[in-house]
Amino acid sequence: MEHTSLLERILRGVALTLVVIFFMFPIVWIFMMSFQTNETILRIPPQLIFEPTLANYTALITGKLMTAAGTLDIAFMRNLWNSVFLSVTSVAVSLLLGVPAAYAFARHKFRGSEDIAFTLLSFKFAPALLVLLPLTLYFQKLGLANTYIGLIWVYQLICLPLILWIVRGYFEDIPADIEYAYRIGGHSWFATFRKIALPLAGPGIAAAGLLAFIFAWNNFVFALVLASADKQPVTVGALAFITSSGIQYGQISAAIVLSITPTLALALYAQRYLVEGLSLGAVKG
Amino acid sequence: MASLELRKIVKRYKSQTVLDNLSLTVADGETLVLFGPSGAGKTVLLRLVAGVIDPDEGKILIGGDDMTDVDAEFRGVGMAFQNFALFPHMSTFDNIATPLEAKRSSPGAIKAGVDSVAKLLKIAHVLSHKPRALSNGQKQRTALARALVGSPPLLLLDDPLRNVDAKLRFEMRLELPRLLADRGATVVYVTQDYKEAMALGDRIAVMSQGVIRQLGTPEQIYREPANIEIARLFGDPTINLLDVKPARDARGIYVGLSNVQVHLAEASETAIGRDCIIGLRPEALHFVGENEPGAIPVTVEAETPLNEKIVTLVRTVRGREILVSRPAGTLGRNEGKAHIAVDGKSALLFDHASGERIGARNVVKLRNGEAA
Repeated sequence: MEHTSLLERILRGVALTLVVIFFMFPIVWIFMMSFQTNETILRIPPQLIFEPTLANYTALITGKLMTAAGTLDIAFMRNLWNSVFLSVTSVAVSLLLGVPAAYAFARHKFRGSEDIAFTLLSFKFAPALLVLLPLTLYFQKLGLANTYIGLIWVYQLICLPLILWIVRGYFEDIPADIEYAYRIGGHSWFATFRKIALPLAGPGIAAAGLLAFIFAWNNFVFALVLASADKQPVTVGALAFITSSGIQYGQISAAIVLSITPTLALALYAQRYLVEGLSLGAVKG
Repeated sequence: MASLELRKIVKRYKSQTVLDNLSLTVADGETLVLFGPSGAGKTVLLRLVAGVIDPDEGKILIGGDDMTDVDAEFRGVGMAFQNFALFPHMSTFDNIATPLEAKRSSPGAIKAGVDSVAKLLKIAHVLSHKPRALSNGQKQRTALARALVGSPPLLLLDDPLRNVDAKLRFEMRLELPRLLADRGATVVYVTQDYKEAMALGDRIAVMSQGVIRQLGTPEQIYREPANIEIARLFGDPTINLLDVKPARDARGIYVGLSNVQVHLAEASETAIGRDCIIGLRPEALHFVGENEPGAIPVTVEAETPLNEKIVTLVRTVRGREILVSRPAGTLGRNEGKAHIAVDGKSALLFDHASGERIGARNVVKLRNGEAA
């Protein structure tokens, strides 16, 4: 057993508490704000004790935002649905394309394979704004502007390289002999991919998919430029709370709480895979 | 059943030639052992036959059919890997069953097939376990069972006993020949252990640097090694090697060892006057009385009793160290001055410069793949 002195344990506890407070405070504060009205939020000094209200959530769900200047229609639930739809579909498409590609890059060294793999990764280097202007023009010409298909396509820039590189590392970790053994046993390469490579790389694929989902969910700038209100995800939709009669802090907080809940739940559920997947894939990558 | 024929196989990785114009024929039902140090190209050769890597040049024939461009799954071979290569996410049963599933056997036939081979290899009680729950010995048997279960006519075994403990290796060395003979399959067996090679092989192909240096029965390899390297690899304790210059007198060709003339019964004329190395197997030396003809005076340095034999390290008057081996329970000396005699018939002469055996008669020698 590891021996630690009492002092060491106390110090460690204090340090951990500080770190947790530092990172958790904004989330806790937003959570509290989401149950307050604008008046109580903007009180000076801020107070921890308040009378909770569900008005913010009601406004978001019904889509009617009451402001001093009158009632505004907001499409928050629509935005939330857009986020779910765009992220899930983008990750699904990325997995469908990226996992077989990662397998090919891991197992078959063909002429230029490294260059192609690196080019795909380099999509992540380019600043989004650099790509956006030409992309907007092209999309308008092609009729892809303000369509789900267009957005999902652009989201591949975020998801595909991530999945490709993490999953590739996982495939490379599987000893080639295991796959050889299955083929010599009389199975086709495709059966080997399905029955051996996929199950063994499973945790890595799950981690990569989850990470790609979070990146897609958090994306702001692509959807801001390429989609209008009815196709926008929550990240962009939250702008609607900056109204002519002031910023609706209560509703923004409620919107944030609702929009981080799915990713937070997913991340908590798959925390173990995520850490494993990233450390393993990255070292090998 | 299936014979195996390799014709002028060349395999290169980048600029390195791993297999150099190698030809080899394995008869139907024969067990051929590929023996050699690591890096000799044994494993690459086995994988070429299995079809998981492709040769750069040459042809591979299995049962007379050209299989060079045939995918691994259609070659119908069985293979056991050195590192076992079990499927970690499947139970032992499912691991063994995979070749039968590929043949689309019925569930009943699969169960019967797996059960019988598991019983044969004594792993019937661990069929429900995952590979990580198995001991190394059980893993090795599972890998072997998976290779055997489809009754492939050609069986490739890549050093299957490498990663198991000494006791199990000894057991399997006794068990395997019978097991393989019962199957009637053609077997190519890779090993780095000369005892395994001697115990299992109908013939042994000694490889180094991508070339087969010698191909012959275990007896031939041991009695008539093609060169010093092979002589050194086979035999425990290793062969004694001493510099000599053979000469001739009325009684024939002789060499001088510690000023004693030792006549060699089967030495070649070509050795006379050349710088040579004489190879003396420790068991070809024995202790004799002082007055026996050909008695060489030595000093006993150390004695190591092994189970079935006793190995004695002696030093000649010129200071050269020699190992003498004798069966346990026979008389010898364990200290002080002694005399040894050489069995001139079993002495081997090698050329000093090239290391090749001189007057290598009756030895099938292969160089660059062509039988001489």
